[in-house]
Amino acid sequence: MIPAGFEYHRPADLASAVDILRAHGDEARVVAGGHSLIPMMKLRMADLRHLIDLQAIGALKGITIAEGTATLGAMTTQHELIENADLAAAIPLLREAALQIADPQVRYMGTVGGNVANGDPGNDMPGLMQCLDARFELYGAEGTRQVAARDFYEAAYFTARSDLEILTKILIPVPASGTGYAYAKQKRKIGDYATAAAAVLIGSDGASVAMTNLSDTPVWSEEAGTALASGDIEGCVAAMLAAIDPQEDMRGPIAFKKHVAAVILRRAIDSALSRRA
Amino acid sequence: MKDEVQSPEERSATLKGMGCSRKRVEDVRFTQGRGNYVDDIKLDGMLTGDFVRSPYAHARVLSIDTEAALAVPGVLAVLTAKDLEPLGLHWMPTLAGDKQMVLADGKVLFQGQEVAYVVATDRYAAADGVAAVEVDYEDLPVVTDPFKAMDPDAPVLREDLAGQTEGAHGPRRHHNHIFTWEQGDKAATEAVLAEADVVAEEMVYYHRTHPMPLETCGCVASMDKVTGKLTLWGTFQAPHAVRTVASLISGIAEHNIRVISPDIGGGFGNKVGVYPGYVCSIVASIVTGKPVKWVESRMDNLMSTAFARDYWMQGKIAATKEGRITGLWCHTTADHGGFDACADPTKFPAGFMNICTGSYDIPVAYLAVDGVYTNKAPGGVAYRCSFRVTEAAYFIERMIEVLAIKLNMDAAELRRINFIRKEQFPYQSALGWEYDSGDYHTAWEKALNAVGYDGLRREQAERLEAFKRGETRKLIGIGLTHFTEIVGAGPVKNCDILGLGMFDSCEIRIHPTGSAIARLGTISQGQGHATTFAQIIASEIGIPADDITLEEGDTDTAPYGLGTYGSRSTPVAGAATAMAARKIRAKAQMIAAYLLEVHDDDVEFDVDRFVVKGAPERFKTMKEIAFASYNQAIPGVEPGLEAVSYYDPPNMTYPFGAYICVMEIDVDTGEHAVRSFYALDDCGTRINPMIIEGQVHGGATEGYAIAMGQEIAYDEMGNHKTATLMDFFVPTAWETPHYTTDFTVTPSPHHPIGAKGVGESPNVGSVPCFSNAVHDAFRPFGLVQSHMPHDHWRIWKIAEDLGLHV
Repeated sequence: MIPAGFEYHRPADLASAVDILRAHGDEARVVAGGHSLIPMMKLRMADLRHLIDLQAIGALKGITIAEGTATLGAMTTQHELIENADLAAAIPLLREAALQIADPQVRYMGTVGGNVANGDPGNDMPGLMQCLDARFELYGAEGTRQVAARDFYEAAYFTARSDLEILTKILIPVPASGTGYAYAKQKRKIGDYATAAAAVLIGSDGASVAMTNLSDTPVWSEEAGTALASGDIEGCVAAMLAAIDPQEDMRGPIAFKKHVAAVILRRAIDSALSRRA
Repeated sequence: MKDEVQSPEERSATLKGMGCSRKRVEDVRFTQGRGNYVDDIKLDGMLTGDFVRSPYAHARVLSIDTEAALAVPGVLAVLTAKDLEPLGLHWMPTLAGDKQMVLADGKVLFQGQEVAYVVATDRYAAADGVAAVEVDYEDLPVVTDPFKAMDPDAPVLREDLAGQTEGAHGPRRHHNHIFTWEQGDKAATEAVLAEADVVAEEMVYYHRTHPMPLETCGCVASMDKVTGKLTLWGTFQAPHAVRTVASLISGIAEHNIRVISPDIGGGFGNKVGVYPGYVCSIVASIVTGKPVKWVESRMDNLMSTAFARDYWMQGKIAATKEGRITGLWCHTTADHGGFDACADPTKFPAGFMNICTGSYDIPVAYLAVDGVYTNKAPGGVAYRCSFRVTEAAYFIERMIEVLAIKLNMDAAELRRINFIRKEQFPYQSALGWEYDSGDYHTAWEKALNAVGYDGLRREQAERLEAFKRGETRKLIGIGLTHFTEIVGAGPVKNCDILGLGMFDSCEIRIHPTGSAIARLGTISQGQGHATTFAQIIASEIGIPADDITLEEGDTDTAPYGLGTYGSRSTPVAGAATAMAARKIRAKAQMIAAYLLEVHDDDVEFDVDRFVVKGAPERFKTMKEIAFASYNQAIPGVEPGLEAVSYYDPPNMTYPFGAYICVMEIDVDTGEHAVRSFYALDDCGTRINPMIIEGQVHGGATEGYAIAMGQEIAYDEMGNHKTATLMDFFVPTAWETPHYTTDFTVTPSPHHPIGAKGVGESPNVGSVPCFSNAVHDAFRPFGLVQSHMPHDHWRIWKIAEDLGLHV
C-alpha cells in the first residue's frame, strides 16, 4: 500500500498546471481531493510519475449563484458545498446528495470537481449533475469549452475530458422554485458507494431522473423523465430499469440490484412529489 | 489518625478493589496518543521487510528473479525459500501440529501467500523492491469448496504430505483430508434419532471471517551479534510461547531470546499464531546484523494472517413431541485453507466444538469434525471466542430455532424446558465436559421480563397482519439466544499447546512503602489487565489498586504463561493473581502477629490491615507490614514480601448469557435496523463492571458485523474478494446498535475469586442472536435456515425466494 515514487507539483495557476500536463503527457495527472486517485496509486494500479496538486489554484475555488445558474469551482469540497446556505436554498438536491457521500472526514477533502471528473461509476455527483443538467467547463491548451454532464461520461473512468484538459467549474441551472427533489441512496454502511442511488427532480414543466452505480456510467434517462413528468411513475421506473446495466459485486447479484434500483427510485419519486410545491 | 475514623467500607472504597468501576489506567496514554505499539519502535539502523505475495490461489512457482529488485536503491536482500532451506526455516510448525511454508517452496496454496521477503532501508524502498521481483508461476487447478476438496479426483494441494496416511490428529483418508475428530456416542445418538418423535435436520454454515484487529500484525527483530541475544518485539498474544517456539525452530537457546509484546491494538485471536513475517524478520536481522521491522498492511492482514470460522455444520436434533430434546448429532466439515494453522490446544483439533450441546440437558450426543485443505488462507483461530465456541453456540442456537419450527413451538419456551437446571450443576455433558455452575432459568426469566417478551410477540404479530394487508413492507424479528461458553483453558492434564501446559502465572512484589508491582504471563490487547488485575490484588492484599503497577509481555521479566486468548486471562492468570496475593497475605499475617506480639492465629485480615481479634484498636496496616518486611529481623521469616503463583486450573469456567434482539427488516431492500439489543451476561464474580460493559459493547459489535455483513469471500479461482474495508464490513459508530446490558452472578465454585471471564461472551452470544432475529422475521413465511452474513442482498434473497416481492 505504498505508491511508486513520483514528482509532486503544486502550480499556482491553471496555465502552469496545463503546461505541466503537456510536458509529461500520460505520465501526469491532476489531483483534487485525492480520495480516488491516491488509493489507486497506493495499490499501484495508477502508475504516475507526476502528480499535479490543484490546491493552490485560487481560480478553482468558490461558489456563486447568479442569473439562474450556480457555479461551483472544481476544488469546492463536499463540506463547503454542504455548508453553503445560499446553494442549499437554491438547489437543495445538491446538499441532500452531498450529505450521503462518504463521511465527514472524506467530505472535508473530497471535491465536487474530482468527484465528477474521475468517471468512477460509484461516485454520486455524476448522476446528480446529469439529473440537474449541469455543464462542466474544461480548460486546456486550446482554451475553454463546456460539455454537458449528460454527454460527459463514456465508460468507467473514460470521459469527454482529454488528458490535457482540467475540469475547472460546474455550472448548474437553478431549478424553478417549488421543484420537487430527492436523492435516495442505499448503501451497506457509511462511506460505501451506492448499491443503488436515484436523483429526482419534478417541476411544473418537466422531470429529470438519474441513477448511480448501476452501469459503467451514471444513467440519465430522458424517457424516464418524460414518463415521470406525465405522472406515469411505473413508466418512469420501467424506462430506468431498461437503461441500467448493473454488474454483480459484493453488494449483490444483478437481480437484486435491479429490484433495489426500482425500490430506491420509487422512494425518491415519492419524496420528490411530496416536496413539490 | 485518619485510619481510625474511616469505616471499613470507606477503607475498602479507597482500595478500588473488585466490584469497582475503576477507570482504565491504560487510557491515560491511549487517549493522548502516547501508546507504544510495534510500529512505534524505531531503532538505530533499523531496516524494513515486505513480502512478495502470490497473485494465484494455487500455482507452481517456476522461478523467482530477484536481480531487478536487488538493483532498486535501498534494497539490501531478497529472501526466498532457497535461502531459508539451509537453515531449515523454509517451513515452520503450526500450533495445530501441521507445518506451513514460510516462503513458497515450489508452489503456492492461497492468494496472498508469502513468496519472497524483501529487506530494504525503509518501507518505500521495500515496496519498490517487492514490485521489482519477477516470479514465474504455472497455475494449477483451484479448489475453494471443502466438499469438492474431498472428491477423489480433487487437485492435490499438499504435495509435501504425499503418502502420509497418519496426521497430527489421527488417520487421513484423502489427500486433502487433515483429521477426523469424534466425540460422544455415535451408536446411541443414532438410535435415539431413529426412534424420536421428532427430528429436525439442517445444515448450519458459519462463514469464513477475520478477526481484523485495528492494529495489524507485525514485529521488530533485533539480533545483537555481540551478546548473541535476539530481541523480538511483536504483536504477540502469547509472548512466552512465541519465545519457546522461536527457540525450538531457530536453534537459538531460549535464554538468548527476549520476546516483548508492547501495547497491542486488539488481537481477537489473529495474533496468537506464528507468521512467516516473524521468521523472515529474525533471519533478516541475523543476516544483516541490523534490526528489521515488518508490519502488515490492511490488505496483507485480511488476505494472509489467520481467518476465523468456516465451519459447515450438519445437524440433527431429536425431541419428544412435547419438546424435550433427546439427542443431538453434528457432522462438521471444517475448511482450514492451505495449512492447518488453527490455534487450539493439542488434543482439540476442532477446539471445544464439543460444547455444542449448549445450555441444554441433552442426554446423548455425537460430534464428528473433518478438517479439510482448500486453496484459501490458513488459520481457523478463535475470533474473540474460546476455541470454536462461537461455532458451537451458533450451531446449537440455530438448531433450537429449527426444532422450534418443527414443533411449532415458541423458541423461548423450548429453551426453557430444556435448560440444564440449577440443581444439576456440576453437570456432565454428553460430549464430555463438566459444567462448573449455572443458573440458566433465572437469567432467562430476567431477560424475557426485561424486554417484555410477550408484548414484543404481540407487536410482531400485529406487524405481520399489517404486512399481509399491504400497510407496511417491514417485518419484525425477535432474536433469542441463551449461550454457554467454555473458557479459561485450561487444566494442564488435558490442555497444552505444542506441549506447553496451559497454566498461567502471576508474580507480586510489595515495595517497602506499601506499593507494589505485579507481573503476569498474559498480555493485554485492550482488555484492561493493568486495571482489573490490580483490583484483584487490592481486594486480596489491601493495598490501593492505584499503588500497583502491572506489567506483562516481556519474557525476560514476566513469569511464564500461555498468554491471552480464549477468555483465559481472568480464569487462569486472574486465579494465579489471587493465589499469589494470598501467599503474600499469609506472610503478612505472620509479620503482623510478630509486630503486635500475638500468635499468628490471633490476628485477622480486615480490608487493608491485620487486627488483633477482639481488639480492633490494635492493628498493623499493610503499609506498615510492608515496611517491616524490609527492616525487621523476624525469626523464621525471610525478609521481603513477594510471591509467585503458577496456576493450573482444576476445570474450565462456563460463563453464560441470555441475549435478545429486536430487528426491523425491510423486505424490499434487505436493509435492517436493530431496534434494541439486550445482553444479560453471567461471568461469575464481576471485577470491574465498567470494563465488563465495554467488553460486551465491543464483542456484540463484532458479532453484529459477523452476522450482518462481515465475511472473507473468494471466487472460484481463489481470488480474495474482501481484502479491503470497502467490502470487509467493520461497523462505524453509525451502524453500531445501542446495547442494554444486564447481569446475574453465579460465581465459579472452583475459581479463587469466582470469576469466569467475559471478553468473548458477547461475540459468542450475539452472532446467533442477530441471526435468529433475521430468521424469526421470516418464520411465518416458512423460512427455516439461511446462511450468514445477512447482508442486504442475502436478506432480499430470503424474501424473494419466499415470494414476498410479488
